[in-house]
Amino acid sequence: MLDYAWLVLAFPAAGALLNTFLGGSLGRRAVGWLASGAVALAFLASLGLFAQLMGLPGHERSVTVHLWDWIRVGTFQVPAALLVDPLSVTMALVVTGVGTLIHVYSVGYMAEEPRYQRYFVYLNFFVLAMLVLVLSDNFLGMYVGWEGVGLASYLLIGFWFDRRDASYGYYADAGKKAFLVNRVGDFGMALAIMILWTGLGSVTFLEVFAGVEKLAAGTLTLASLLLLLAATGKSAQIPLYVWLPDAMAGPTPVSALIHAATMVTAGIYMIARTYPLWEAAPAASAVAAWVGGLTALLAATMALVQVDLKKILAYSTISQLGYMMLGVGVGAYAFAIFHLITHAFFKALLFLAAGNVMHGLHGELDIRRMGNLRARMPQTARLFTVGALALAGFPLTSGFFSKDSILFAAFERSPALYGLGLFTALLTAFYSFRAVFLAFWGRERDPDLFARAHESPAIMRGPLWILAGLALAGGGLNLPRVLPLLEHWLEPAVGALEIHAGLGLEMTLMAVGGLVALAGIYLAHARYVQEAAWAQGLAQGLAPLRPLLERGWYVEDLYRAAVVEPLWALARFSAQVVDRGIIDGTVNLVGQLHLLASDGLRRLQNGLIPTYALSLFVGVVVAVLYFVFG
Amino acid sequence: MSYLLSTIVFLPLVGAVLVLGVPGDRARKGVALGTTVLTFLVSLLLLVNWQDTPEMQFVERIAWLPDLGVDYYLGVDGISLWLVLLTTFLMPIAVGYSVLYVRENVGIYMALMLLMQTAITGVFLALDLVLFYVFWEFSLIPMYFLIGKWGSERRVYAALKFFLFTLAGSALMLVAILVLYFQAGTTDILALAERGLPNPVAQLAFVAFALGFAVKVPLFPLHTWLPDAHVQAPTAGSIILAGVLLKMGTYGFVRIALPLFPEAARGYAALISILALMGILYGALVALAQEDFKALVAYSSIAHLGFVMLGIFALTEQGIGGAVLQMVNHGLSTGALFLLVGLLYERRHTRQLRAFGGLWKSVPLYCFFLLVVAMSSVGLPGLNGFVGEFTILLGTYARWPLFAFLGTAGIILAAWYLLTAFRKVAQGPLTDPRNAAGVLPDLRRSEVALLVPLVVMFFLIGLFPNLFLDRITPSVAALQARWDDVQTVSVLQVER
Repeated sequence: MLDYAWLVLAFPAAGALLNTFLGGSLGRRAVGWLASGAVALAFLASLGLFAQLMGLPGHERSVTVHLWDWIRVGTFQVPAALLVDPLSVTMALVVTGVGTLIHVYSVGYMAEEPRYQRYFVYLNFFVLAMLVLVLSDNFLGMYVGWEGVGLASYLLIGFWFDRRDASYGYYADAGKKAFLVNRVGDFGMALAIMILWTGLGSVTFLEVFAGVEKLAAGTLTLASLLLLLAATGKSAQIPLYVWLPDAMAGPTPVSALIHAATMVTAGIYMIARTYPLWEAAPAASAVAAWVGGLTALLAATMALVQVDLKKILAYSTISQLGYMMLGVGVGAYAFAIFHLITHAFFKALLFLAAGNVMHGLHGELDIRRMGNLRARMPQTARLFTVGALALAGFPLTSGFFSKDSILFAAFERSPALYGLGLFTALLTAFYSFRAVFLAFWGRERDPDLFARAHESPAIMRGPLWILAGLALAGGGLNLPRVLPLLEHWLEPAVGALEIHAGLGLEMTLMAVGGLVALAGIYLAHARYVQEAAWAQGLAQGLAPLRPLLERGWYVEDLYRAAVVEPLWALARFSAQVVDRGIIDGTVNLVGQLHLLASDGLRRLQNGLIPTYALSLFVGVVVAVLYFVFG
Repeated sequence: MSYLLSTIVFLPLVGAVLVLGVPGDRARKGVALGTTVLTFLVSLLLLVNWQDTPEMQFVERIAWLPDLGVDYYLGVDGISLWLVLLTTFLMPIAVGYSVLYVRENVGIYMALMLLMQTAITGVFLALDLVLFYVFWEFSLIPMYFLIGKWGSERRVYAALKFFLFTLAGSALMLVAILVLYFQAGTTDILALAERGLPNPVAQLAFVAFALGFAVKVPLFPLHTWLPDAHVQAPTAGSIILAGVLLKMGTYGFVRIALPLFPEAARGYAALISILALMGILYGALVALAQEDFKALVAYSSIAHLGFVMLGIFALTEQGIGGAVLQMVNHGLSTGALFLLVGLLYERRHTRQLRAFGGLWKSVPLYCFFLLVVAMSSVGLPGLNGFVGEFTILLGTYARWPLFAFLGTAGIILAAWYLLTAFRKVAQGPLTDPRNAAGVLPDLRRSEVALLVPLVVMFFLIGLFPNLFLDRITPSVAALQARWDDVQTVSVLQVER
């Protein structure tokens, strides 16, 4: 069966190709179901791989499936090969599993969309690229998927390439921004691969890992930091997170699948995949941990003041990815993957529920115009609330367990990072329930909008109930100490975390985490439902911070002023002044001088008669031909 | 001795004579297209009968000027193979485009295209410096007329500039050839490479050749003829100019400048690499600021050929091997880009980016191809450009890590200018009624037929590059052995 691992890739590839060439004659529904079926088959194939691995003893659960020799230039040899191991299969299951649900949802969500066929081709292509990313057995193959998902993301963010609105500007520009910011990250990955190859003569994961100790510490740290740069692009961390909020211009199922559940987790996956490098480069790991912790906090503060429902979720995604980055940074790879999985469940759920809100409100996303929507779309309200509970880390939901695992691991390494994460958890619970209360509770703020609001069709609720179930119960994947299934399963691929702290400490931290989540929810309730005087006063007190948060700490302004505008100015200056003015001006001047000075030059170059004879001959031929035909 | 190479070189010449002989434009177009297709099919015999060896194959050698010891001497190895095939592959596409869109003086136009093919394949196959030089000079004349007669508004200025620039370069080259002849008594490229030359002569000759080739590439800051020539040239002329004519320069470096003067090449490697980097970064920035689509593609060529030059002068197996593959990739991608710009120009009679916008709505098929071609040019992994670019940068890193850093930054800029162009042409709202669906026709079948072979090649090279690399690398390895100290250095670093 493992020899057939390529089937996982073949299904979405076939789906994309079939819909490209035959989609036009298939009919709208058929296109959507074909695409969904392709991903569902890929999910089944991934389950097959999972079952195969389960049948092997733990230390043998790492199988390389060679497809063909891809690039060979002397000692630079890169196979096209798949690495089937617990980590890659887990990722494949998440991608195809959540992917299937979102494809099915899309059949309903995009039912009225004229470019239906193109949408599903892109979506299948995305799944293909994502599977290449997670299944490749070497850095360069991963890079293929890495940029492939970037292309899919670019195309889907700018799917409505002719639209613009106040919140996103031209959607096409949002797509371009995503691609370019990610290219800055890709620069890091390309260089890291070059460094590793130059040092070790291989780009295959297992060979690189086997040779890690041969690399100088500085080289290894540099390579790891460059990989981290790549991860901050794809996984929207400081300093490259700025593309993700704009990416919400894409269709909402795309936000759910690509910009929440799967693609943006690629950076986390990449670090977990390459963990032997990070174990050997503790300085780079520490940077990753701090990048994650700070991103989690920064993004959470920005989420506090967003009024666009999808943007709240976008900043929340950045923040949650920050937790995962913090997790890999402190060496808790399995916990980071755990949070990656639960986040895929509850954030996909939240986005799809937001899609239902948008659908039911005819495109409206401003939570200030919503209110009391649970009266008009009760199921969506319940579904969104389940997602928000998991996001807030409400006790016993999936997010509670996975986030607490990371915080626990952080506590062991650095209490400061733990504090950062805990405070972020408070903000998280607050902003998620701010959205819940403002959108679904209270009074209707826009009666017209409220009157026209409606619940979504069954096809747009069914997949959400599955996700809701997973968001609630997903913690069962890895109950700490009691039943750490995921940790054991992933151990051959990402190693085991050594935990020194006792059970008592762990239980205490868990209780603290739960209380913080409850506190955040209570705060939001006091502020937005009870409208308690003290909560209003607190909000008043913090009001001066609001403009700072609304401008996103002026990060975008800084980038624009310090990077984008200067480069544009340099481009214009190079084109107009340097190229046409100085360089070409000099050329033309030389041409004129030459005519003036030709007498003197001729004497100097007298020895080079053949040159002259030939120029003369060619010149005559040219002149004659020109007069004849010109 | 087979005459396969001579057949490939001179079949187009025969076609050129035929074109002038037959009556009627339809027949002339038919003969021209038929000739290029036939030449392509014949050139495939090179692959069929290919031997795995770094040596020259299909060699033809006949005494030409016996008193001077100059031979008619042709041969092909892994370095020239794909450039010959690139030429024979692109030519039917360029001629096919002309069949659709050239209306004036069809006979002469087609004859000039075919003459140019003879000249270019001759350059790639010549193994004697005099023969090389004759083909080299000969390639100038048809291109001069194609630009000067069938070009846009400022065609005469552009044609003359192209001509003078290249002539200045080749005059230096001629001097160098004469010096070599008087020093070594032969103009046989392989013999000269074997023999080696005393140093002051080698240094001077290298500089002379390098200048001649650098103008052709073009290497920064000798590039300003290129945007003028491209913008003014007719579309098929641009396809051939960017696709293969510029490769004569980069090929010259690999075939002549490196093997004949290895020490000098090494001495100048840093300087040339810096100029190549300038080309990559500066060319990309200038491309970004262009408002004329064709000028944008022209400057992108400067950036892309900067990568090729960077790879060649890394003097490593990966650098040179990647550079040879990247010559082919650039020919395919940029050829396709010029083709697409031309198709747009034929429809709207403007190349200004601001004249477009939202075309994805009215001409989706066109925009699909534009996207794929742009992605190939951007170096998206899975397509052709990535394999060459990455291998080049990898090879550069082994010698000059800093240059690899800067070169890699160039891939960010490449995405910037191409996505900006795509944004301006295909995306955004459709505002101009002349661009509306139904008014602006989408690609015709014949036009799709010109693009599909290119796109197939993007994927073939991107996914199965070994089909190409395995034939390139033996010859490159033999060449690179002259500077094989670099590998030792990197191994030492590991041990440390």
